Amino acid sequence: MKKFFQREYLFLRRSLNLPARLLLIVAAVAVLGAIFLPLWQIRLVAPQYQEGLAIKIYAHKLVGGNGGQDLNEINELNHYIGMKPIVQEDFVEMKWLPFAFGIFALLALRAAVVGRMLSLVDLGVLVLYFGTFSLGNFYYRLYTYGHTLDPRAPMTIKPFTPILVGSQQIANFVQTSLPQSGALLLGLFPALIVAAIWVSRKEEP
Amino acid sequence: MKSIHQLILAGASAAVLAVLSGCNPPGKNAAAASGKTAGVSSPAARTWVAPGDKDEFYLFYSGGHSGQVYVAGLPSMRHITTIPVFGKYPGTGYGYDEETKAMLGDYTWGDVHHPGLSKSNGLYDGRWLFVNDNANNRIARIDLRDFKTKQILGPIPNSMGNHGSSFVTDNTEYVLVATRFSTPLPKGRYADPADYEKEFNGAVSGIKVDAKSGTMSVGWQILTPPFDWDLGSTGKGPSSGWAFWTSYNTEMAHDQLEANSTQKDRDYAAVVNWRAAEAAVKEGRITILDGVPMIDPAKVPGVLYYLPVPKSPHGIDTDPSGRWIVASGKLQPVASVFDFTKIQAAIEKKDFESEFRGVPVIRYESVVEGEVPVGLGPLHTQYDGKGNAYTSLYIESAVAKWKLPPWTAEERTDLNKVVTDKIAVHYNIGHLVVGGSDTTQPYGKYLVAMNKMSKGRHISVGPSQPEDSQLIDITGAKMEMIYESFTEPEPHFAQILKVDAIKPIEVYPKAENANPNAVWDAKDTGVTRRGNVVEVKMIAIRSHFTPDKIEVNEGDELVIHVTNVEQTPDMIHGFGIVEQNVNLVIDPGETKTVRLQMKKPGVFPFYCTNFCSALHQEMQGYLAVKPVKLAAQ
Repeated sequence: MKKFFQREYLFLRRSLNLPARLLLIVAAVAVLGAIFLPLWQIRLVAPQYQEGLAIKIYAHKLVGGNGGQDLNEINELNHYIGMKPIVQEDFVEMKWLPFAFGIFALLALRAAVVGRMLSLVDLGVLVLYFGTFSLGNFYYRLYTYGHTLDPRAPMTIKPFTPILVGSQQIANFVQTSLPQSGALLLGLFPALIVAAIWVSRKEEP
Repeated sequence: MKSIHQLILAGASAAVLAVLSGCNPPGKNAAAASGKTAGVSSPAARTWVAPGDKDEFYLFYSGGHSGQVYVAGLPSMRHITTIPVFGKYPGTGYGYDEETKAMLGDYTWGDVHHPGLSKSNGLYDGRWLFVNDNANNRIARIDLRDFKTKQILGPIPNSMGNHGSSFVTDNTEYVLVATRFSTPLPKGRYADPADYEKEFNGAVSGIKVDAKSGTMSVGWQILTPPFDWDLGSTGKGPSSGWAFWTSYNTEMAHDQLEANSTQKDRDYAAVVNWRAAEAAVKEGRITILDGVPMIDPAKVPGVLYYLPVPKSPHGIDTDPSGRWIVASGKLQPVASVFDFTKIQAAIEKKDFESEFRGVPVIRYESVVEGEVPVGLGPLHTQYDGKGNAYTSLYIESAVAKWKLPPWTAEERTDLNKVVTDKIAVHYNIGHLVVGGSDTTQPYGKYLVAMNKMSKGRHISVGPSQPEDSQLIDITGAKMEMIYESFTEPEPHFAQILKVDAIKPIEVYPKAENANPNAVWDAKDTGVTRRGNVVEVKMIAIRSHFTPDKIEVNEGDELVIHVTNVEQTPDMIHGFGIVEQNVNLVIDPGETKTVRLQMKKPGVFPFYCTNFCSALHQEMQGYLAVKPVKLAAQ
C-alpha cells in the first residue's frame, strides 16, 4: 500500500514533456472555440414541416433556425400543449458558460507552463465533473420543459422528456437531438488532457 | 341457308378484325398516339409533374373581363393561383380592406387583355407584371416579389378602351397604352357621333415606369385621328426606341363597324419613335390636355409614321432580333413581314406614299419583305428565337409555323414554302404565347394556344363555358399537342416566365412592416375611442385574436387594424365579421385595415375565415354593438 502511495506521489510530480505541453495549448484553443460554435442542435420534422424546425444551442445563446423564426414557431406550437416558451433568458448558465470555458483554457495554459502532472489531473477531474454536471443540467431542463405543462392548455398530452441524443417521435414530430461542433471541441478537451498525461507518463519528476 | 349466312358473317367479321389489328401494330397502338402510355417520351410523361414536384415555368394568363390574372404552371397547366387586379376577390380579401378598396375605386370590374413582364436589357427581369384594363382605361402593376397588385393607374386621360397595352419597352422605360375607341377629347366633352371624323380623336401613349419603385405615370400621348388602335409591340435591337400599333377602321366609321370599317384593303399601323416623343415632352413641344402631355404629330415631325397593313390587322409583333415586324390582317390569309431596316431607310429617304393629317404614310412596297400565306384569320405571331414564327389562325382553328426571313430565292417565288407546319387547335384560337417571345432570347420549348371556344372538349358544365388552353411542344420540327386545360373567362394574352427567374417572398418580414397601426404583441393591442370613432389594434396568431371582444355603440365608426404576427409560410389568417360584410385576409406579417359604420345594434361574432390550425374553429370573438338607448345610460 505504501508503495502504491509512493508511486502515486511520484506520478503526480512527473514533469510534462514538450508534446504534452503542445497538446495542452491545443486543448486551450479547442475549449475557446467551443464558446463560439454551436454545442447542440434540436431539430423537429413533421409532415407539414418537411424543411424542419431547428434550435441551435450555443454556450451563450439560443438560436432558432431560419433567421430565428424556427424558435418562434416551436414556441407557437408548444403553446397548444401548454409548454412554457423556450427563451434564452431562462438559460442562466448561458451567462457564465463562456466564462467557465475561459477558465478551462487558462488552466490548460497554466498546466502547460507549470508543467506538472498534478495540474493535469486537477484539470481532468474538474472537466469531468463540469461535463457531467452540464449534461445532467441539460437533461433536467429538457425534463422540466416536457413535464411542467399548463393544465389549461388546449391539448393534453402525456408529459415527456425530449431526447438528449438521438431521435424520438413526439406526436406528429420526429425530434432529433445531436451534439454539434462546439460539443465535439469540448469533448476533445479532456481527451487532449488524457493524451498529455499519457505521453508524459514516463517523464522524470 | 341459315348456317351459310352465319359462316359468311363470321368470315366477314374475322376479316374486319384482321384489318383493325393491322392498323395497330404492337407498340404503336391508339393509346400511344393519344398519350396514355407511360413511355418517357410520351406526352403524358412530358407534362406529368408528379405530386411534390414543381413546374418549370410560370404561365401568367390574363383573366379578361374577370379582371384578374391567373397563374398556372408549365408543363402541367395546373392553375396555381389567381392574382386579383381589377375586381374584388373574397378569397384573398382583395377589395375588402381600405387600401385595396381605395385602389379599385368605384369600378367593380376590369377587362385584362395583355400581361407584360418587366424587362432589363431586353430580357425579363422578374420584377413586375403589367396588365391593362380595356374597359376602364387603366393599367395595373403586379409586384412579382409577392404576387400582389401594387398600383392601378387610371382612368388614363384621353384614352378610351385601353386595348393596345401593356407592352413593355426593353428596359421598362414605358408600358404602351392606346385607345381602341375614339371619343371627343378631353373626355367628358359632348359631340354628336355623326361628327366622328371631325370631333373624335384617339391617342397612343407611353406610361412611364419609375425604374426603382415601378410607380407608373403618363409619360407622353400622341394625338391621332379616330382610328381604332388595336394591338402593339415594342422594338428591340435595330428597332429599339420604337413602338408599333395596328389599327382597324381607318375608314373612320362610327356605326355598323362590321361593314363600314372593313372597306379598305389596308389600314394603318402606327410607327412611333418613343424616344422622339420623350424628347418632345422634355422640350415642351406639347400641349397639356386633361393634365397630361399631348403631342400633335403634325407639329412634331419624326414622332409618328403610318404604315399600311393588309386588311383590318390585329397583331403586330416584333421578332427577337428586332428587325422583322409581323402584322396579321385578320381578313386576309397572310402575315405581312416588314423589315425595320427598310422602314428606317424609307423614313430617311422620305419614301412616303402620302400623308394623312400631317403624318407621313410609309410606302408599303418599300418596306414589306413578304406576305406569308399562313392561313385563314391570322391574328398573332410569336417567336422561338430559332428563326421560326408561329401565327394563330382564328378562322382556321390552327397554328401555323413558318420561317422568318432571310428567305432563299426559291422560297421568295413561293412563300407557301416557308410555312413548315400547321397544327389544329380547338377551337378558334385568339392569342398564343411562346415563352420570352417578346424578349431578345425566347425560351422556345412550349407554345400555349388560347382558344376562344371549348365546346365539346370538356365535361359539360352548362351554357356558361370555360375557355380552352392547349399546350404545344415546339422543340421538334413538327409541333406536337401535349396537353389541354380549361380556364375561366377569359384568357387573352399570357406571359411565360422561368420559375427560377424570380424568388418570391412567402411571408412579409416583420422588419419591413412600416404600417403605423401594426402591433406585434398582445400587450400593445387595444381599443381606443376618440369621439364617435373606435379604433382597434388587433393581432391574429394561432389560434386567437387579441382583443377578442370589441364594444362599440350604435352609430360609431369602427376602425380595425389586424396584424397577422405569424412569420410562418402559409399561416394566413382571415377576419370575417358575421353580417357586417367584413372580409379581411391577412398574410403572415401583414397588417390590414377595415373601416365600418355601426348601423345596427346587436352582437356580431367575428372569426378566422382562412383555415389556420387545429383550433381554427375556436379562433373567434365578439363585436358587441350597444343600441343608442343603452349607450346613452
